[in-house]
Amino acid sequence: MFRLEPRKELSRKMFYLTPLLALALTLVAGGIMFIALGKDPFTALYTIFIGPLTTFRGFAELLVKATPLILIAVGLALGFRANVWNIGAEGQYVIGALAGGSVALAAYPGGGYWLLPLMCVVGAAGGAAWAAIPALLKTRFNANEILVSLMLTYVAILLLSVLVDGPLRDPEGLNFPESRLFQNAARMPALIPHTRAHIGFIAAILAALLAQLALARHVIGYQIRVIGAAPAAARFAGFSETRIVWTCLLVSGALAGLAGLFEAAGPVGQIVPQLPNNYGFTAIIVAFLGRLHPLGIIASGLLMALTYIGGDAAQVALGLPSAVKSVFQGFLLFFLLAVDVLVTYRIRWMRRGMVL
Amino acid sequence: MDLLANILIGVIVASTPLVFAAIGELVAEKSGVLNLGVEGMMIMGAIAGFAALISTGNHPLALVAAMAGGAVTALLFAILTQTLLANQVASGLALTMFGFGISALWGQGYSGQSAGPFPRLNIPGLTDIPLIGKLIFGEDYMVYISLAVVAAVWWFLNRTRGGLVLRAVGENHDAAHAIGFSVVGIRTLALMFGGAMAGLGGAYLSLVQTPLWAENMTSGRGWIALALVVFSAWKPWRCLAGAYIFGGVTILQLHAQALGVSIPAQYMSMLPYLATIVVLVIISRDKVQLQFNAPASLGKVFYAAS
Repeated sequence: MFRLEPRKELSRKMFYLTPLLALALTLVAGGIMFIALGKDPFTALYTIFIGPLTTFRGFAELLVKATPLILIAVGLALGFRANVWNIGAEGQYVIGALAGGSVALAAYPGGGYWLLPLMCVVGAAGGAAWAAIPALLKTRFNANEILVSLMLTYVAILLLSVLVDGPLRDPEGLNFPESRLFQNAARMPALIPHTRAHIGFIAAILAALLAQLALARHVIGYQIRVIGAAPAAARFAGFSETRIVWTCLLVSGALAGLAGLFEAAGPVGQIVPQLPNNYGFTAIIVAFLGRLHPLGIIASGLLMALTYIGGDAAQVALGLPSAVKSVFQGFLLFFLLAVDVLVTYRIRWMRRGMVL
Repeated sequence: MDLLANILIGVIVASTPLVFAAIGELVAEKSGVLNLGVEGMMIMGAIAGFAALISTGNHPLALVAAMAGGAVTALLFAILTQTLLANQVASGLALTMFGFGISALWGQGYSGQSAGPFPRLNIPGLTDIPLIGKLIFGEDYMVYISLAVVAAVWWFLNRTRGGLVLRAVGENHDAAHAIGFSVVGIRTLALMFGGAMAGLGGAYLSLVQTPLWAENMTSGRGWIALALVVFSAWKPWRCLAGAYIFGGVTILQLHAQALGVSIPAQYMSMLPYLATIVVLVIISRDKVQLQFNAPASLGKVFYAAS
């Protein structure tokens, strides 16, 4: 039996150690899962976590997948710190892709150097507008932002499916529900030539650095940190809760919208119903694994991107089902939440029958 | 008139998964724990029940398996939030993602198979009454079980000592602990009941409604159930009424098409989600009333200092 004793102050060592501990536990649990599936655990783990990094193409794909994860997670983390739970990033991502992508289609086949920046602005605005709905309903009517933002995700995905089957459908296509391919002026410039890695990755890193700067230096960042650390103190200090809710939701919505636009204008190159790829939900894990810290999120975003690529590789090479990826991600968040207890408590083991 | 009876039967079929999931979550929340993982527990129940039915062909056994699937998933949540004192919101999300992953993995070999028809109540004479016979006496057994569960939960919460203890833990866990009740134990049991019910709700989808297994087949119903608990003001009968209203909204989309309303199906499919938002806004507007209804310790971490 054991007992939890509160620490006098948070353990900084544990704060940084627990993500690694969670990762180690995930690898063990994953290995056991592979044995249960009748596969050699070492080959499987190698295929997922090391294999993709050994090729140039794999490395480039890592940047492709990490881009939306980092962008979205940075925004979500701001909110999570202040107890604003935007769970609907997936929907904001879809709306961003729809709004920004529509600009490209409207300009088709024209466009110049101005087109892509305009698409980015409209995409971010679209995501922010979608996130403004839970912000408004939360601040005006006290409606739970978790449920509202999540419900809007389903609405957004249905909206995507209507629009690609109607107004956005490729007029020269074979009636498939997808838009035409974007013109060159509407595509993300490549970061590494001849790969799908695009400059959106730079934007994601910049977003993380800016968020870090805002948290450390800007007054709203300070307020977010205080609300997270001591909600009562924040209330006494008279911080406007309304302002925090709006800021967190608009920023995370805009970043999710931007991520969606990057995906549509980057690796995908058109608007298709398959655009939502669970990035909005996986980014929640990325945010926690990165300790809700923008710089940590860059690291955890890259790691989580690895599970995407490695999962696909394992599917091809070992015939493992694609669901293995989601199981891994679920394990990771589970173990992280479990071992996080070590940050605030210490474990005291004791013999049965010992009297306190 | 036959059309009306058919519509009502459709409403009941669409509502029953929500009734199960919402009444289970209601009990968990009454004990003071907010489990956002209803969706994950439902999908685990859906696959557990389906897998059990395919391998045994025994319906009662399948329902037991579904309850076990949901309850075991809920136990994970209980360990995280009650023993390891993890954040309840994050743990609920983890539960949902985990449930999706595991169920998809487990369900690999089952896609494309059919569970076959679920047994229905059939009382000769009564079930054959025109119009209302099939509606009242001819539903599948799970509909009657769901109604019995709602009644039992109402009775337990309001008329038994156990219910009183559970509510006490939800209202003020420190006081309940001081009197000598095991807060963690009671909450774990309440969570597992919630998981078992969510599992039945999921199994209703995979065994009765469709009846087959498909990845992500819960499509947000667990989250709608969470909204229903808020809507119900944590009262079992209002929970049942809310679930039936939502089932009605879902059925509306199917019949609007049959009646020749010519808007894309996707717009109609948005209705349940939009309705959830509208209901949340209406019910949450009065902050004081909401706080008055909600269990006072809901979502708060309990640490037993001594």
